[in-house]
Amino acid sequence: MSNSRDLERYAGLFATRTKVMKSSAMRDLMAVTARPEVISLAGGLPDTSSFPPDTFAAVTQRIATESCAKALQYGPTEGLEETKDCIAQVMAGEDMHVDPEDMIVTTGGQQVIDLVAKTLLDPGDVVIAEGPTYPGAVPVFCAYQADVVQIEMDGAGMRVDLLEVALERLDREGRTPKFIYTVPTFQNPAGVTMSLARRRRLIEIAHERELLVLEDNPYGLLRYEGEPLPPLYKLDGGIYVMYLGTFSKILSPGIRLGWVVAPAPVLDKINLGKQGADLCTSTLSQLMVKAYFERGRWQDYVESLTDSYRTRRDTMLDALADHFPPQAEWTRPSGGLFIWATLPDFIDTTDLLARALRENVAFVPGEAAFLDGRGRSSMRLNFSGSDEDGIREGIRRIGEVVTEQVQLYGTLTGELRVEPGGGGEVVPMPTPAERERRARGGE
Amino acid sequence: MSRVAVLKGGRSLERQVSLRSGARVEDALGRLGHEVVAIDVGADLIARLREAEPDAAFVAMHGRDGEDGTVQELLEILGIPYTGSGVLACSRASDKVLAKHLMLEAGIPTPDFFAFNETAFRELGAADALAAIEERLEFPIVVKPSAQGSALGIRFARSAADVPAAIVAAFSYDSRVLLERHVAGRDLAVSILDDEPLPVVEAVPRDDEFYDFEARYEIGRTDFVCPADLPAGLTEATQELALRTYRLLGCSAFARVDLMLDAAGELTILETNPIPGLTETSLLPQAAEAAGISFDALIERILELALTRQPA
Repeated sequence: MSNSRDLERYAGLFATRTKVMKSSAMRDLMAVTARPEVISLAGGLPDTSSFPPDTFAAVTQRIATESCAKALQYGPTEGLEETKDCIAQVMAGEDMHVDPEDMIVTTGGQQVIDLVAKTLLDPGDVVIAEGPTYPGAVPVFCAYQADVVQIEMDGAGMRVDLLEVALERLDREGRTPKFIYTVPTFQNPAGVTMSLARRRRLIEIAHERELLVLEDNPYGLLRYEGEPLPPLYKLDGGIYVMYLGTFSKILSPGIRLGWVVAPAPVLDKINLGKQGADLCTSTLSQLMVKAYFERGRWQDYVESLTDSYRTRRDTMLDALADHFPPQAEWTRPSGGLFIWATLPDFIDTTDLLARALRENVAFVPGEAAFLDGRGRSSMRLNFSGSDEDGIREGIRRIGEVVTEQVQLYGTLTGELRVEPGGGGEVVPMPTPAERERRARGGE
Repeated sequence: MSRVAVLKGGRSLERQVSLRSGARVEDALGRLGHEVVAIDVGADLIARLREAEPDAAFVAMHGRDGEDGTVQELLEILGIPYTGSGVLACSRASDKVLAKHLMLEAGIPTPDFFAFNETAFRELGAADALAAIEERLEFPIVVKPSAQGSALGIRFARSAADVPAAIVAAFSYDSRVLLERHVAGRDLAVSILDDEPLPVVEAVPRDDEFYDFEARYEIGRTDFVCPADLPAGLTEATQELALRTYRLLGCSAFARVDLMLDAAGELTILETNPIPGLTETSLLPQAAEAAGISFDALIERILELALTRQPA
């Protein structure tokens, strides 16, 4: 009688892993954020409009005249030697010195996360990540059916003490994480940086427990103030730390060029995985980086980006102070692209996004950065992809809808007395426990 | 053969589903030999329609603008025949509060409810009435925006403590929300094509996550059974009730009516969707298929109805 099998025509064909790939209302909402009238503080977009077109023309012209056939050809899976030399220069900029033998050039940094997961994870394996973690890593971990344990963060990055608690607990369950994924510097999405003490302790833990760490460092060179901290890779010396770098934030995300540095045995497996994925990274993109670096000014461009993003960050911080209600809090990043704002817990930022979209403004709801349903009152705000007017207006609009919801909630719970004309005073929000008690009439 | 403008996407929160419905409709129209002009609905809608001079518009939009009569009104002004229900039926069906009042008046069972706009809370002190409402409806209470067609913004409040945040969430989607008595039971849908009810579809949650509305819309988390396995006589009763609702709202060509069947065997109407989904996993195409109507035949039929309908 039932023809439900016919109806779900393709459902039976999908791999089990697709069942855990996330599809949600939030993702459908994000589709609307791409519309031109929307001020999007949602993306992680670098400001590519600041790249000089004549430099781009000169670089491509040079490739056309000097290495046309090579640019159009396949390349080695591990990447071109001359591109690896450029990568070595970038890493030296953060005081890391690597042998080109120890790296593979990849199709963006994103591919590194995918290849590392592909190389190390069997279904059900444990991965440790920050909570919140990079939203782009979430679908990767889901696709490889990882059991992701997210460790709380504070202003000094991942709470390494809580990491130890989690590791002890996993130990008792007889489980060992396959790797620890972290963005220690100017974290996406939280905007915070792991302190030196925690970095040292994390490396000690990795050595004590023989755990691999994947250090994702796209933003290290985008520092707006203060002194740089040593990357985990530097502290570890390349024994347990796998390092992920990218040209996306210092040159262009469109060229899709990243890299991984890892211990030789791991790198060999990653190389095999990459052969299956795409044979090699775009030769054209690699030669563009080479030609661009030969001009010798790549650091000047990073500096100009840094100046521009610093101003944008300051604009966003000022706008947040002006327009967000006192119940909200947010991080103050000294680099990178993101601010993480947290609202009172009765506001669900996925629902809030729907409201914000009516005002033509968008952000990333916090749930995108968790695999366990947490983060529902937080949001990620990007300041690199909009100009200052856009940032000010975007934050003003979000602040308005947040304030509206805070007041409405206050009205509903009776904390905000209704005055003729709708005026009222905002009082501090009760905790969930207090609300529960009040709701039961036990006030 | 006709030239058909397929209207899809737009600014609705159901844009993504609409794009999938639209793409599928375009494919079908192409196979049927029609000329297709695909339009992602935006500020240039009128200009694009004037330029395309279509014989008819296939409205494959869901939610705001497409399902609430807005686009239908514009098509009336331009004199372009369009698929599905007219302006009035769309306005009635997409406004859950209005639709429920009409059903109450006509004696069609629908769960008890109370509806408010923001002014009621902000300026008229409606919050003071919440306790009385909660007593009348009993927990769990379903809180939902009046105008949102999909599962977005729908929350279950299990206790009084959940109500304020659920109301705040629902107001994210619309300026009016309704608090509704929760009806436990079997989740049924009747699609109607040209005033004829199609076989009943039942949505059966696979992992018993009773309160998770999203599951309903995800492949692999819900099983759809069509025709639903119902006790004798109940299939006809379900179809009859759905058809009465469809007529009450003034729908034409097609629509989908969602119902609940409770443990006592009583049927209640939850809502009517004037433009239900037309994707691979949507219920109207499933029901049509169960009635022996292929997707292409369904689309052809809907188009024919648009072309032959007398102007309002």
